[in-house]
Amino acid sequence: MRNKYSIFSLFKNALSYHENWQRAWKDPAPKKEYDAVIVGGGGHGLATAYYLAKKHNMQNIAVVEKGWIGGGNTGRNTTIIRSNYLWDASAGLYDHALKIWEGLSQELNYNVMFSQRGVMNLAHNLQDVRDLKRRTHANRLNGIDAVYLNTEEVKKFCPIINTSQDIRYPVLGGTLQRRAGTARHDAVAWGYARGADEMGVDIIQNCEVKSIKRSGDTVEGIETTKGFIKTKKIGVVAAGHSSVVANMAGLKLPLESKPLQALVSEPVKPIIDTVVMSNAVHAYVSQSDKGELVIGAGTDDYISYSQKGSHQIVEGTLNAILELYPIFSRMRMLRQWGGIVDICPDASPILSKTSIKGLYFNCGWGTGGFKATPGSGDLFAHTIANDEPHKLNAAFNLNRFVSGDLVDEHGAAAVAH
Amino acid sequence: MFLINCPYCGERDQQEFKAGGEAHIERPKQPTELSDDEWAEYLFMRKNIKGVQFERWNHAHGCRKWFNMARDTSNDEIKAIYKMGEKPPTQ
Repeated sequence: MRNKYSIFSLFKNALSYHENWQRAWKDPAPKKEYDAVIVGGGGHGLATAYYLAKKHNMQNIAVVEKGWIGGGNTGRNTTIIRSNYLWDASAGLYDHALKIWEGLSQELNYNVMFSQRGVMNLAHNLQDVRDLKRRTHANRLNGIDAVYLNTEEVKKFCPIINTSQDIRYPVLGGTLQRRAGTARHDAVAWGYARGADEMGVDIIQNCEVKSIKRSGDTVEGIETTKGFIKTKKIGVVAAGHSSVVANMAGLKLPLESKPLQALVSEPVKPIIDTVVMSNAVHAYVSQSDKGELVIGAGTDDYISYSQKGSHQIVEGTLNAILELYPIFSRMRMLRQWGGIVDICPDASPILSKTSIKGLYFNCGWGTGGFKATPGSGDLFAHTIANDEPHKLNAAFNLNRFVSGDLVDEHGAAAVAH
Repeated sequence: MFLINCPYCGERDQQEFKAGGEAHIERPKQPTELSDDEWAEYLFMRKNIKGVQFERWNHAHGCRKWFNMARDTSNDEIKAIYKMGEKPPTQ
């Protein structure tokens, strides 16, 4: 039984110099057989395991992770959470996640530092204005909070934005979702890991999947660097490496893996208390609780697993940041990094069964998966446990690329994917 | 970020080029007879290889010509560059 985290446990452990905190999760060796195995110990994979154990009574399951948990894109993203997507299917999916975020720290007894500081999306040309107004209306029809702001209101909400009309891409307006915000990315992985572990889920780190064994069209287990694990259900949540795992099962996915970069500045005093995104000039920025500006850049256009992006991508983003926020002109950047994102042709995710019985894929989140972590885990757990999708992820099946029923968020989403 | 040896212009910065995705995907000869599955395969399904991949590139800010490349996607090392219509190298 886990000790509950509280102000009293903090006080009690302070008396012993914080040297006697209980382990948050075990470090087990894999068993011979599990009812289900989740491949990938990032936020989505750990959330899937958590909800499988909690809501579907599947405790004899494992999460296998080739590195350490939360060490992939969960630890590399810019932590933005929002649900203001245009299409009904996306709105349902992302708002389901946002609703879980709102109670997640309490549910997990783990502070994920969810902060509903609002997300503002800027319009820089007439088409942006039309698109964003349309999206605001669509959001409100779906019960998602959204307002359209004119230039003065944008300036009032975030005073450091340069709203002068003589810059290259002047701010013509923007949308605001107040329920949106940010969370601490590592804490999400750790919180779900601790919760899943407590219910009996084995979290096996440094365990890379080498092959998927099948007999005919049914899965039998996985060969890993820690030996063979027998299982009837495999849920793959491998983000940028989804195609690599799919290939082991002889499947081809409609994905391309590309480098996506982000960077943080030196820490400064609070200067921006919201998240501002701009699709047209591709710049988005927020400030972490440590005081660093967290800046997201774009993807490169070529396929790569190298976790290194091109310099000009970062340069382009910083050009846009400096035009929008002249106050940042003397800030120094501390760190810059890249992650590999798996992008679908329609920029929407895949949460789906496959043509192979017992093999499920949760992938294609592209550049925007972090915000969906709790909802994705919940719906993917439902799909694995029932061998049927939940109504909220039914549209995100693999077959949509055959039927043509795409959820085309490429042009419609609030920011470039 | 890397240098690309354009077969027409010589070595240039990658910034001048546009990636065109997986190479050697042949356009269906008789599109009217294609099933939905075959269309999906042609339009959307990609190998997305981690390792040596054959792909198309365009020297967009140079000669604007298309060519093929064999590149290791795990470290961005370019193995070979060959012209459109040529067969991919075997090694």
